[in-house]
Amino acid sequence: MYDERVQHTNNLASLPAVSPSLEVVPPVASETPGVQTRDLGKRYGDLWALRDLNLNVVPGTVLGLLGHNGAGKTTAIRILTTLSAPTTGRASVAGLDVVADASGVRRSIGVAGQQATVDGLMTARANLVMVARLHHVPKRRARDLADELLERFGLADAATTLVKTFSGGMRRRLDLAASLVADPAVLFLDEPTTGLDPRSRGELWDMLRDLVREGTTVILTTQYLEEADRLADDIVVLDHGRTVAHGTPEELKSHIGDDRVDVTVRTPAEFDAVARATAHLASNPAGFDAAALVATVPVREGVRLVDVMRALDAAGIDPVDLDRREVTLDDVFLTLTAPATVPEEATR
Amino acid sequence: MTAVTTTGSDVMFVTTRSEERGRLASWWRDSLVFAGRNVEHIRQIPEKLLDVTLQPLMFVLLFAYVFGGAIHVGGGNYREYIIAGILVQSLAFGMTGPATAIATDLTEGVIDRFRALPASRVAYVTGHYFAELAGMALSIVVLLGAGLIVGWKAHTDVAHIATAIALLLVFSSTMIWVGTWIGLMVRSPDAVMGVGFVAVFPLTFLSNAFVPIASLPEALQWIASWNPISVMVAAVRELFGNPLSPVVKHTWPLDHPIPAAFIYCGVILAFTVPAALRRYRARTSD
Repeated sequence: MYDERVQHTNNLASLPAVSPSLEVVPPVASETPGVQTRDLGKRYGDLWALRDLNLNVVPGTVLGLLGHNGAGKTTAIRILTTLSAPTTGRASVAGLDVVADASGVRRSIGVAGQQATVDGLMTARANLVMVARLHHVPKRRARDLADELLERFGLADAATTLVKTFSGGMRRRLDLAASLVADPAVLFLDEPTTGLDPRSRGELWDMLRDLVREGTTVILTTQYLEEADRLADDIVVLDHGRTVAHGTPEELKSHIGDDRVDVTVRTPAEFDAVARATAHLASNPAGFDAAALVATVPVREGVRLVDVMRALDAAGIDPVDLDRREVTLDDVFLTLTAPATVPEEATR
Repeated sequence: MTAVTTTGSDVMFVTTRSEERGRLASWWRDSLVFAGRNVEHIRQIPEKLLDVTLQPLMFVLLFAYVFGGAIHVGGGNYREYIIAGILVQSLAFGMTGPATAIATDLTEGVIDRFRALPASRVAYVTGHYFAELAGMALSIVVLLGAGLIVGWKAHTDVAHIATAIALLLVFSSTMIWVGTWIGLMVRSPDAVMGVGFVAVFPLTFLSNAFVPIASLPEALQWIASWNPISVMVAAVRELFGNPLSPVVKHTWPLDHPIPAAFIYCGVILAFTVPAALRRYRARTSD
């Protein structure tokens, strides 16, 4: 499931790591391709949208920036794609400094934006030809390139259709095609599947996996843990501009546990009993939502729903409802920012 | 500026001239790609061309056949008088074209894609300029053609007619840069029409474009006599040898309309071009 080229030997105790020196970052703007950042920060007025971001993305790997809206994901992408100047720190992309050599960076990257940045009043083909021409690809080659990309992304039939009539999934595919025109060394995808239906999302994931197999370095942002889990070799979790965790999907999962069982009870007074009764099945302490009357138990791998049911029954608890589900980004934050398990810095 | 590029252990000095020639060539090429984008928009939505073709044509017919009978100008035929007025008014309104297009691009994500490409940064703005100038040139051709049909004629020699066309193109350029600047100032494309109407309508009607200045109230005569639109219209009439309404308030610009029209355009361009480019840089960086 995960890319085998990347061997992770970090010990799990480093999770959640919040110290800025969690990765050894080579000198920025060195010959090392890939992406490096050191203490990267961006302030808008009094608000730090991004703080002390330290990345070292090895060429040919995928980094997932995971976080809610406003976590600083888009700010990080905008700085790395030269659209925004950092307030603090430095960053290099494909071995080039994003501030000192912005035009060099622009030649080496592809960007697919959050809004699917294609021109709705042109055909799909004209969009790709235009982007290729702005990459200074000769006219004839630009046309061939556009046709190749349309074919590859399953848009050949819609080549001469006006883009504003495209579905969300087609638009994203065209956007992705446009970002690949110059065969970029590093590809940035800002929430590539937000707003897509599950089928289009699955298709886009397949396309991204093919790209990664060909050796493209990718930085993608997402709000979906599942997406980061499926595509990324490394995950950085951002919250209010700060890095709250950094590791491989396996490390992250082993820290935050696997599936969740939501136990709906009648009164908050039952929460303690639920936690005690299920403690031997849980990988992490249970969480409680008093308003919804739900106790969330992170269950260890292999634990069946019936095990939870028996344990509750044995303790004399009669739940209103039981629901087993996959871990979500909210669970990640709940676990990472739970006071008992995290160093003070991470709880802000 | 001399750039130093280090390749391995060799230090290469890239000469100023060839570097600048390369940059100029890439600016020109990129501008044409952006201008081609506007052409592509028109190919997809031909109605976009109506405001530079059918709309001025409609004005010619309205003024020639509806208002024409009621308005009298000393020393000539109203149809000969009105063409310069409609030309200048149409080109002035033409500034809403680039303003709307740029304001729309800025509210959509497409501008971010352009900015993350290795294309010349000003090419986006200059591309709009070239495309809009072509549209306005088309407008001039349509209007002069319509004028010929309703009875307008140029009575001067080729040099004067060429100067008139050149002045109209300079004026078009001025209005495009005004529009570019406005497009970069407003928060949404909807605001453009409002700004356009509030600025352009009074300016074109408080002038000699449609009626002789002598028919206006005293105070407005002064405004009309300084109004750059009046000066433009008077310059075009003089260059085409069309009837001029008598000057009632002597101002230097209206007494010397041809040099004054070029000066007005130059002054406005000297303000709007740097202002628009500065605003573009400010709007697209943070």
